Amino acid sequence: MQMERRSARRVLYDRVLRGLLYFSAFLTCALLVVLIGYIFYRGLPNVTWELLSTEPSVLRDVIGILPNIINTLALIFGTLLIVLPLGVGAAIYLNEYARSRRMVEIIEFATETLTGIPSILFGLVGMLFFCQVLGWGSSIRAGILTLVIMILPTIVRTTQESLKTVPASYREAALGLGSGKWRMVRTVVIPSSIDGIVTGCILSIGRIVGESAALLFTAGSASILVGNLSDLLGNSGGSLTVALYMYSMERGKIEVGFAIAAILMVLTLLINLAAKWLGKKLKK
Amino acid sequence: MTTNTPQAAQANSPLVKKRGLRELLERGMNVLFFLCGLVAVAFVLFITVYLIISGLPAIQEIGLKDFLFGTKWASTAKEPEFGILPFILTSVYGTAGAMFFGVPIGFLTAVFLAKLAHPRVAAVIRTAVDLLAGIPSVVYGLIGMTVLVPAIRVAFGLSSGATLFAAMIVLAVMILPSIISVSETALKAVPKEYEEASLALGATEIETYFRVSVPAASSGIAAAVVLGIGRAIGEAMAIMMVAGNVPNMPSLFKSVRFLTTAIASEMSYASYGSLQRNALFSIALVLFLFIMLINVLLNTLLKRKKNK
Repeated sequence: MQMERRSARRVLYDRVLRGLLYFSAFLTCALLVVLIGYIFYRGLPNVTWELLSTEPSVLRDVIGILPNIINTLALIFGTLLIVLPLGVGAAIYLNEYARSRRMVEIIEFATETLTGIPSILFGLVGMLFFCQVLGWGSSIRAGILTLVIMILPTIVRTTQESLKTVPASYREAALGLGSGKWRMVRTVVIPSSIDGIVTGCILSIGRIVGESAALLFTAGSASILVGNLSDLLGNSGGSLTVALYMYSMERGKIEVGFAIAAILMVLTLLINLAAKWLGKKLKK
Repeated sequence: MTTNTPQAAQANSPLVKKRGLRELLERGMNVLFFLCGLVAVAFVLFITVYLIISGLPAIQEIGLKDFLFGTKWASTAKEPEFGILPFILTSVYGTAGAMFFGVPIGFLTAVFLAKLAHPRVAAVIRTAVDLLAGIPSVVYGLIGMTVLVPAIRVAFGLSSGATLFAAMIVLAVMILPSIISVSETALKAVPKEYEEASLALGATEIETYFRVSVPAASSGIAAAVVLGIGRAIGEAMAIMMVAGNVPNMPSLFKSVRFLTTAIASEMSYASYGSLQRNALFSIALVLFLFIMLINVLLNTLLKRKKNK
């Protein structure tokens, strides 16, 4: 029987590593729970209706983040409006139209490179080009176009992945019935991959909501309510993340920072849930 | 006149006209999608060219050697000095520190997720990892600033806790999700037969995972580490809030400035066309070169994994 027993060293090795594995996994989860708990504990009591529904005013001594909420929404809608056709189009080219292997490699290399570039560099180039060369100054539209460059790879990748899951037989059936390529793409390929495109949108919304470095120098940090759409796009406007940074770093209003952090966490939770739910639906 | 030839008559018939139109549409869509595909390439070229054009003038004026290896940054002094060695070293040390804390925990969590965890437990942890990845960097910065920085000040008896050490911890947490998910994918791709063979030869479960599965997935795990390095070097806002932002040569318990925060902290007030401002673009160029190097490394690692 002694032959079968493992040496003490092996038992120890086994126990120690097993313990470390459990400990690391526990630490990762505990980290999240503590982070979320702390943000809600410090932030939620400060989330009041007044904060959500007013603009900041020195005269009346109120702080409101309504302009920042509107700015964030404008950034999300504006960016998606431009990046969706571009990104889906690029993915369709890569998956359906491209004939040369070389071209596909070049484009995929470009999207991978874009994924790796830090957001502060996007912000810098956006500031140089949109704000200065085009003379737009800090404005939401400069922020939108900078985000388009940043988000493009996300949309291309998720769309491409879902295009790959559309069975070849669908395409053959469409072509066999005499449809042209564009008609096949429009009526068969895009509708079958719509779930993936929506997932891409949700992931992009998550990135836009969380983005700060690229926006600070392009969209600026103003918190003013404006009357119409062209003023909104043409003027400087800080997103929620930029407002968080400004209130907690520059103005020492930590409690406002935590209130915004709590709102951002709720948004992150919702976006994650939506992406998970869609992902499950996609698999079916 | 040629209109009477049968071909011309055919070309005028509605059916053929429609076919001609359709062909035109097909060609048009083909070109349109091709252009969409080229947009990403255009963006990359645009960013590269722009960073090089705006980054070179200051380097020329300051001198490459003085710029890269100068140890003093005093951009607003009467006799300004533009040495970015403190920023480069801070970024390198800060990233190394983040790896030191983040990689072991991320790697072990990945092994747990891929091999040991019950599917339901794994699903919960995976959700947690996704959420960690989704938390905006300013939120990490805020917590670092209000919890970690005071804690470090008290624990080590410093006058200020906003130090390189604080930045390392924040970065370690921020890179955790990328390291976990990429290593997990690599570990999951290890063929079952390898593990079964090892188990059949009498190795324990844990021995099999660490001596068979991990070596088999090594290039994927290396890719995870490189991806983490890229994330850490590129992060700006969170460390802006915890690192104290003073251009010191790096030391664990000193306030420091990273390459990214050096750009961010002076950009808002550097006057247009000044050497100070141009030097900030040169820092961006240096950062960009670092990132491209990391990207190339990452791509070769991922390719190697595919070829195996």
